[in-house]
Amino acid sequence: MDLSISIILVFMIVGAIYSIHAKDLLSAVITCGIVGYGLVICFLLLKAPDLAIVQIVVETINLIIMVAVVLDSSREERYARPDSKGFVSATAVFVMMAVLLYFFYASASPLDKLGTSTLRMAGPYIEGAAAKTGSANLVTGVVFDFRGYDTMGEAVVLVTAVLGVLTILRLKGKK
Amino acid sequence: MTAYILCFILFLVGLYGVVIMRNLVKIAISVSIMEFSTFLFFALLGFIDGGVAPIVNPAEPDKIYVDPLPQALVLTAIVIGLATTALLMAVIIRLYRKYGTFDIREMKNLRG
Repeated sequence: MDLSISIILVFMIVGAIYSIHAKDLLSAVITCGIVGYGLVICFLLLKAPDLAIVQIVVETINLIIMVAVVLDSSREERYARPDSKGFVSATAVFVMMAVLLYFFYASASPLDKLGTSTLRMAGPYIEGAAAKTGSANLVTGVVFDFRGYDTMGEAVVLVTAVLGVLTILRLKGKK
Repeated sequence: MTAYILCFILFLVGLYGVVIMRNLVKIAISVSIMEFSTFLFFALLGFIDGGVAPIVNPAEPDKIYVDPLPQALVLTAIVIGLATTALLMAVIIRLYRKYGTFDIREMKNLRG
């Protein structure tokens, strides 16, 4: 399982790097879809069908929004010559990435190996969850019953975001 | 362990894009790449070898299920990620209409 996930992840990383460096914005946006749809395959391999369904819908909407924005504006990406300021910031970013990777390795080594996870929080959720919530799907049971307030907060965030989008797009720009 | 490290490298690629790129659409793409890697990390943490998807089948009660809790958290986070991306793209299209470019170096009012 580790191997197959890693292969798809390498594919996703290559797609992400190409997407960040693409000359044409439309191809950058569409290559970003590699990462999103690769994630769907990973979710299916990790036995998370609900996540796969949600992710495939969300990724499609995401792509549509981004393609609409790019088609409504310019597709050209202008590259400036790398100057000394850019070189300094690139060096700083690579040093920061190396440091972050080291600390991630240090903090991830005590974690359970992939596939040997133990149920800590979810034990009581699984025992008799079908009888308690009336839902055969445990994820749905957790989302809508045990953690219903989280879901309500999510709905609030969604409504706020939609209101924000409507406000921003309707506003007439000040001259 | 390899999968964890690669997942974090995907996060770092997104971080690199956010810091280095000067194009607003590329920055939005990088932010969503960072989101995706976080979702994948959560799903990896809940995986159990030989487990089945957490859907109860009364005919076979004694099965090992993968952890449903990270999946529920990620389910919430995916939808919120879509909302933030939509808001980000709305701001970006407004900025494009005002300045006529996606390049953050040419938006004088954004200079910090």
